[in-house]
Amino acid sequence: MHLPGYVNNVATPFFVTGDPMIYASDVLIVLTLVAIVFVLTYFKKWGWLWREWITTVDHKKIGIMYLIAALLMLFRGGVDAMLMRTQLALPNMRFLEAEHYDQIFTTHGTIMILFMAMPFIFAMFNIAVPLQIGARDVAFPYLNAISFWLFFFGALLLNLSFVIGGSPDGGWTSYPPLTEWPTDPGPGENFYLLALQISGIGSMATGINFLVTILKMRAPGMTLMRMPMFCWSVVGASILIIFSFPALTVALALLMIDRLFGAHFFTMLQGGNPMMYVNLFWVWGHPEVYIVVLPAFGIFSEVVATFSRKRLFGYASMVASIMAIAVISYLVWLHHFFTMGAGPGVNSFFAISTMSVGIPTGVKVFNWLFTMYQGRIRLKLPMLWAIGFIPNFAIGGATGVMLAVAPGDYQYHNSYFLIAHFHQVLIGGVVYGMLAGMYYWWPKMFGIILNERIGRWAFWVFNIGFYVCFLPQYELGFMGMTRRIYVYPAGMGWTALNLISTIGAYLMGIAFVLIVWQVLYSIRFPERDVTGDPWDGRTLEWSLPSPAPHYNFARIPTVTARDAWWAEKEARRRGEDVQKELRPLEPIHMPNNSGRPFILSVCFFIGGFGLVFEWYWLAILGGLGVMLCLLLRSLETNTDHYIPVEEIRRTEAALGRL
Amino acid sequence: MQKTFDRRRPRAFPPAQWRRGLWLALPLLLGGCSPQVMVFHPVGPVGRTEERLIIISIVLTAIVVVPVILLLWHIVHRYRDVPGNDAPYRPEFSESRTLEVVWWSIPIVIIAILAVFTTRDTFALTRPPEKSTTPLTVEVTSLDWKWLFQYPGSNIATVNYCYIPTNRPIRFILTSNAPMNSFWVPQLGGQEYTMPGMAMQLWLQADKPGLYYGRGAQFSGKGFAHMTFDVHATSQADFDAWVKNVKTTSPPLTEDGYNQLAHPGLSGKLSYSSYPPNIFHDIIMKEGGMYMKHDRAVLESAK
Repeated sequence: MHLPGYVNNVATPFFVTGDPMIYASDVLIVLTLVAIVFVLTYFKKWGWLWREWITTVDHKKIGIMYLIAALLMLFRGGVDAMLMRTQLALPNMRFLEAEHYDQIFTTHGTIMILFMAMPFIFAMFNIAVPLQIGARDVAFPYLNAISFWLFFFGALLLNLSFVIGGSPDGGWTSYPPLTEWPTDPGPGENFYLLALQISGIGSMATGINFLVTILKMRAPGMTLMRMPMFCWSVVGASILIIFSFPALTVALALLMIDRLFGAHFFTMLQGGNPMMYVNLFWVWGHPEVYIVVLPAFGIFSEVVATFSRKRLFGYASMVASIMAIAVISYLVWLHHFFTMGAGPGVNSFFAISTMSVGIPTGVKVFNWLFTMYQGRIRLKLPMLWAIGFIPNFAIGGATGVMLAVAPGDYQYHNSYFLIAHFHQVLIGGVVYGMLAGMYYWWPKMFGIILNERIGRWAFWVFNIGFYVCFLPQYELGFMGMTRRIYVYPAGMGWTALNLISTIGAYLMGIAFVLIVWQVLYSIRFPERDVTGDPWDGRTLEWSLPSPAPHYNFARIPTVTARDAWWAEKEARRRGEDVQKELRPLEPIHMPNNSGRPFILSVCFFIGGFGLVFEWYWLAILGGLGVMLCLLLRSLETNTDHYIPVEEIRRTEAALGRL
Repeated sequence: MQKTFDRRRPRAFPPAQWRRGLWLALPLLLGGCSPQVMVFHPVGPVGRTEERLIIISIVLTAIVVVPVILLLWHIVHRYRDVPGNDAPYRPEFSESRTLEVVWWSIPIVIIAILAVFTTRDTFALTRPPEKSTTPLTVEVTSLDWKWLFQYPGSNIATVNYCYIPTNRPIRFILTSNAPMNSFWVPQLGGQEYTMPGMAMQLWLQADKPGLYYGRGAQFSGKGFAHMTFDVHATSQADFDAWVKNVKTTSPPLTEDGYNQLAHPGLSGKLSYSSYPPNIFHDIIMKEGGMYMKHDRAVLESAK
């Protein structure tokens, strides 16, 4: 199975020792770990960490942990991006060598999509969905904790490759036969395969969990067509997760079997068919794009309506367009490889299906515009990011339609035009959306409002940096510059545009630092949200104190209209008696905390690590641990408890809600 | 809720001077005045078809994008929540059958028009750009990390450069004896993948003599960044002279020589007066082509 010429590489797996940056990171990682252990021990916080966070099944806390993880991964992926842009700033740069650059663009892409965007949307799911539909938790809180910890240890496994064994270097798409063992020996690609597989199980569970939560746990009176638009977007994203992740699971598993056990699914020789992997990958990969962008659309719908003090325009159209996007997104995957040489009929079909995604998306943009039209627009931070998103997405959407034109794509494919396009929709759509959501729900999570002045600086620096970085890249694509090249010669006319692009990337880096500073500043000088409704909100989460008590609703509300909380406030303004019957409090049924999701995920991590290095005894040990955890859970009877009325009354009184 | 920020006015969105700067930058970015903007300086019918389609798609999408940005600009200005704003405020205005019909139908019409052009050109590009002249076949193999060109008509081979006659359709038959790559000569036309075990065909044609930039576009490992090649387009007479020159002055490519080439590494420009017969065909078959009806059909038709 080995090809001539590649065999020698096995003796020199790409250990990245010898690079000063790696040593510096080693030192930093050790220092950080020591500092964390010291702080936890010194302040006697180990017990608190275990009881309040690691064993929690509370969706609000899980949401916060997802958010922290997403921001950390945004930092890591961002540093990767800075390193790449530094290397490309000028022709013939000697800052990074080919191997190192290849690893960096691989981890940048993998981390940003799977370990930044995914946890960021899951953070928003967890923080907002149960509160918006008037539920006390998700349908399966225990499973929710498992989802988080599987994601966490998947991300840890991938990040570990930076210092142990070497990072993957086949691109975030990891196309074979390049990523098969003969051409890419060593543990790097194994880290990619196992990390994605483990966190993928968590993503799958989250999709199921939130679909069930929304379908089964809405407050009385909240019909589907009265749901906040964010919840609709979560329905769309969850359906996409459930039906697309299995394709990724299969693709990764087969490639892993090739690599570890010498099978020939995707190899060059012995009848392997690499294009099968490419198809399977994008059957997941394209819906994945909508998995992360639909929730962003949902957040924009909430934010635009709230900060325009107006009902969302064209609610039914918005629902229809989310569902249309969800369905169409399964029919477009081939546009990622029009240049594979499929027949003109196939290419035309996928070109047209891809373009037609632009129809529902365009409708959404017009609906947002007309939500603002004849409203009263307050340019608070969430709204700034939402407004910044619209021109961004208009351009990104237009270049998307351009890319859908198959013969045009023959020229754009793998060029910087493509890079500029997908960064414009993924940053302009997903990152803007998630930051809007973070600013919007931050008071609900922590009870404080983030500092407005620093936030505005961050927004403007980021927004300008964004265009400075990515508009030149469209042009670079037309000039023949392809992605994933670590060096380019002078005299191609690429130099000035690359330099400008790098400056833009640094500006975005500065904006990230400003956001971190904003958070720290706001913790030090907090502006407290005592009302629970800092934005004059429209949906049920704003009817609760900030942060919400752990059971969320002392009494489950009865919903009579869309924008339930706004309707209730309107009724009060008119002097009507709303929900005054005040049903008596009842004991609240809540799930118990459990450390097992964490332990289960540790076992997955151990098993995964074993497979990465082909230490099968360790892999089997991890697998047995997983089995044991599942068995113990199956035999468990004591899984839930009731909060007595007295305790609820005390809590509510302390919050001033009685 | 404090309103201080809303009142700190003309921090309009976005500040006027930046907006103007953006508009000034646009023609610079999209104009493609320099010939280095290869996609907008095609030298053959394939590249021209693609350029025309790209321009059509830019114009059609601009019909939506430009009004959206202008409308956003206007709405955010007009309906700011500032004291004394006399613009109408209708908090319940959220349904309008007419408006929604308008913006469901505009994109549908635009996409329908674009779909027609796209389908027409997608089919056209699979056929030779010109029927009257006999095409020239060039077999291309991507290796780690170099390009091998074989001329079955004259039995010569080159590495990292090729010659083609102008005004004659070129049928490139593409494969790879390494991880997949993509064959791209932007000024002649768009790219197509080179894949192990597969024979794909790509029609290109040059109208003007010249030296054109070509490169691998699909990441294939360590040496990928250096996988560029030159395409020399010359008159048929010059092309024939070049072939004759290679035939007489260059060494032959032996089986061993080929294996040396296939070995991962970089290479300069090389020329060979002959190559082992059937090597292109055999490699495709060995790497899985034997299972592909399509491969056999392409190879058969190129003979």
